[in-house]
Amino acid sequence: MVAALLLAFATPVLADSLMPAAKYADEQLADPAKEHQAKVLMETIRCLVCQGQSIADSNAEMAGDMRALIRTRIEAGEKPEAIRAWLIERYGDWVSFKPPLDGLTWPLYLLPALFLGLGLWIVSGRLKRRRKS
Amino acid sequence: MIAEAGLAALWLAAALAALQLVLGWMGVSSQRTDLLAAVRPVAVVQAVLAGISFVTLIWLFVTVDLSVALVAANNASTKPLLYKFAGTWGNHEGSMLMWVTILAVAGGAVALFERRLNERTLIATLSAQAAIGLGFYAFLLFASNPFARLNPAPAEGQGLNPLLQDPGLAFHPPTLYLGYVGLSVAFSFAVGALVTRDVGAAFARAMRPWVLGAWILLTLGITAGSYWAYYELGWGGWWFWDPVENASLMPWLAATALLHSVTVLATREGLRAWTVMLAVVAFSMSMVGTFLVRSGILTSVHAFAVDPRRGTFILALLAIYIGGALALFGFRVGTVREGSRFDAVSREGSLVINNLLLSAILGIVLVGTLYPLVAEAVTGEKLSVGPPYFNSAAGPLALILVAIMAAGPIMRWRRDDLKATLTRLAGPMLLSALVLLAVVLLAPGIGILPLLGLVAAAGVGVASIAPLWGRNLRRTPLYIWGMVVAHLGIAVSMAGMAAESAFTRETLVAGRIGEEHRVGPYSVRLDDVQPIAGPNYTAIEGTVVARRGNGAPFTLHPQTRNFPSPQTETNEAAITTLLDGQLYVVVGRSDDEGRWQLRLWWKPFVTLIWLGGALVAFGGLLSLIGRVRREMRHAPPRETI
Amino acid sequence: MRRLLIWLPLGMFLVFLVVFAGGLIKPEGRVIPSKLVGKPMPAFALAPALPGKPGLSSAELANGQPHLVNVFASWCVPCIAEAPQLRQLAEAGVPVYGIAIRDRPEDLQRFIERNGDPFRAIGGDPNSSVQIALGSAGVPETFIVDGKGIIRKQHIGAINPEDVPGIMSALGDAK
Repeated sequence: MVAALLLAFATPVLADSLMPAAKYADEQLADPAKEHQAKVLMETIRCLVCQGQSIADSNAEMAGDMRALIRTRIEAGEKPEAIRAWLIERYGDWVSFKPPLDGLTWPLYLLPALFLGLGLWIVSGRLKRRRKS
Repeated sequence: MIAEAGLAALWLAAALAALQLVLGWMGVSSQRTDLLAAVRPVAVVQAVLAGISFVTLIWLFVTVDLSVALVAANNASTKPLLYKFAGTWGNHEGSMLMWVTILAVAGGAVALFERRLNERTLIATLSAQAAIGLGFYAFLLFASNPFARLNPAPAEGQGLNPLLQDPGLAFHPPTLYLGYVGLSVAFSFAVGALVTRDVGAAFARAMRPWVLGAWILLTLGITAGSYWAYYELGWGGWWFWDPVENASLMPWLAATALLHSVTVLATREGLRAWTVMLAVVAFSMSMVGTFLVRSGILTSVHAFAVDPRRGTFILALLAIYIGGALALFGFRVGTVREGSRFDAVSREGSLVINNLLLSAILGIVLVGTLYPLVAEAVTGEKLSVGPPYFNSAAGPLALILVAIMAAGPIMRWRRDDLKATLTRLAGPMLLSALVLLAVVLLAPGIGILPLLGLVAAAGVGVASIAPLWGRNLRRTPLYIWGMVVAHLGIAVSMAGMAAESAFTRETLVAGRIGEEHRVGPYSVRLDDVQPIAGPNYTAIEGTVVARRGNGAPFTLHPQTRNFPSPQTETNEAAITTLLDGQLYVVVGRSDDEGRWQLRLWWKPFVTLIWLGGALVAFGGLLSLIGRVRREMRHAPPRETI
Repeated sequence: MRRLLIWLPLGMFLVFLVVFAGGLIKPEGRVIPSKLVGKPMPAFALAPALPGKPGLSSAELANGQPHLVNVFASWCVPCIAEAPQLRQLAEAGVPVYGIAIRDRPEDLQRFIERNGDPFRAIGGDPNSSVQIALGSAGVPETFIVDGKGIIRKQHIGAINPEDVPGIMSALGDAK
């Protein structure tokens, strides 16, 4: 595990282009409220090239272009969830770190309640028995 | 010759592990005392042989014996001595040898020093430990021999990946390994106790120091790993819910639960079956973690050298050990007596809720991490489970957990009064209310989780000191101090997380040399950018001058480094730590017009995250010292917390 | 009930074991296919990437003829490897259109001079916006589009010599 652990965080340079970053790839929107919306969205969009990171914290050029795209659209007044849906239409649910609630993912959302319920049931059963005796 | 001697020692150690397993098995089942008596010395000799084998490998690395394949692939005569030394475990084979050596030494230590546990249970424990060791010896000898020769020997080695040459990284892995091995000892104790149906306070007391030690190391490992991600990734994040991070978090969560349940067992003879179960779960989480990062079945930020064959081997070991232990649990646990009774409102009650919540969080992390794999296998659809899910599913549970943490330590064992407990917590609750009011008034619009985090951190911080109230501080046992410090550390860390999330200021600009930019209370100016050459990289280094209001300016030097082989770019953020937070500066690329990308963050109180982690580990250490001293002084000891 | 609870951990463990084993046999895929396969080409209009060569717009592509849209870049190494195959396809009469990602005219010119020019038109996509609209996750990628402008297939990565027959037959199907 170790050797590999040590390689962590090295961003492989995937033959980058010589072009500078797009406007808004690394520049914020003037309106803090809109920038906040964009930031929250970018933190939940998965980088396509680097795979494990969100586009909000990736050095990959494509992540920069996606940030630029998101900021530009937010600036134009589009709603973050509409942009997310637009991206999912192209790349599938994979591109969003926030799994949708649908036929495939409901167990994921039921899980916390299920764990707690099971645990409470075991515990309460024991406590009742204890009280009786 | 030396390499062959190391290999021979390894084979002998493996043979002794087999002997230890068989002798122990026969001794325990036949109750023959001569067989039982033979196991302890065998365990000690096995530890010595494994140690010799590992020292041999270190020697080969330090002397750069290039006729050994592993050395040639991972070492070079030009490397500094420290990295020749640390390079021993900076690769798969060496790290596995280190793993098995630590395992054997831990077994030897149990054989030498554990005197209070029932002899049969102890021997069964040593047998279980030998069985684990045997699997990893087989892994080494048949699938990853560290001593294999290379013929002809090359003139120079291939060196170590430059990124591995970091003093912190050289000692980060052993920390985690020691933690995992500590949990393996706890696992062996659990198996031993199940075999002899001897699940009681003595077993819990024998296991506790190992759990505590493992937990301290895991805490340190995770804290260090988080800080490392924070400064190395260059975007100011400190936790990503990445599969590899989750792999290290899961054993910690299980060990934390185990740490608390083992106290109930040692003190009140309660939670017998549950504690045994948790000991099995904690070790299985270390193995699952190792498997996840080694096998490459999940995509991660952390670029891992993966190998499915090794993954298969680890999975087979996982199936044998954990499946075997759980089957044993199923057969035996019915005969384990129920523990002492307790009321819902009691110290035990709060510890049970603690365990329940920790297990639920563990379940969420495990299932969330694996869900994409299952979903893709079942439907072919790819999906991602990331921070939004983990934060919203585990965050609220963590908040409740921390609130329980405030109440638990001031409650009485067996039965307490809810009203009285709440009265004792009046001070902390009042403080929480004040903080709530202050934050809502002064910083409106921050998220609900950070808000609750700040509120809970304040209340819990004060409440965690409550067990010291009314005590003679000089006569307070060390393990009480340990608990207080560890709980305080959790509150401190939580305050840091909440403050970072709520108050971070970010400025991203493309700036010219000499322009002023603002981030939070700071004005920041890029004065200069120069190319520089490092030992094995080239870099551009920025000179950035920052100043708060009219205060004295200070200079930062962020770098972007380019390593030629393998071609890699890293951002070396420049971070200035101040009393109330950190200023985090990254210089990126330039554009056509000579403007440089600048990423600036002002992160108030972010350091508390890792300071809290260090406090938690320090608390654990105090507790460990206190427990061990107490055990040595009173034999057999009586627990009276 | 208690019996069930006692065996629950082993049961759960076996489920996880199956998941792990399944993961070993079939690790999480690294390739992210576009979800637009089977759907119409999104509307776009790209300026010429090279002076003297036409740019590319979705309107021009909907001309009733099946064609290839190659997403590439001069700075992309595998794009050099697939260049002979693209030339071969173009020589066989397949209309090949290019979308050059984050490219500068002078670099592209050199790339074309060195590796040949199979493209009828090349649109410049300086900020990957059309690439993202296509659901493409990297370079090179090639989309097989039918005469009605429906994306029929996506080829991810370089086109190797052995991929050419498959692409030809897919183009035949797209008529």
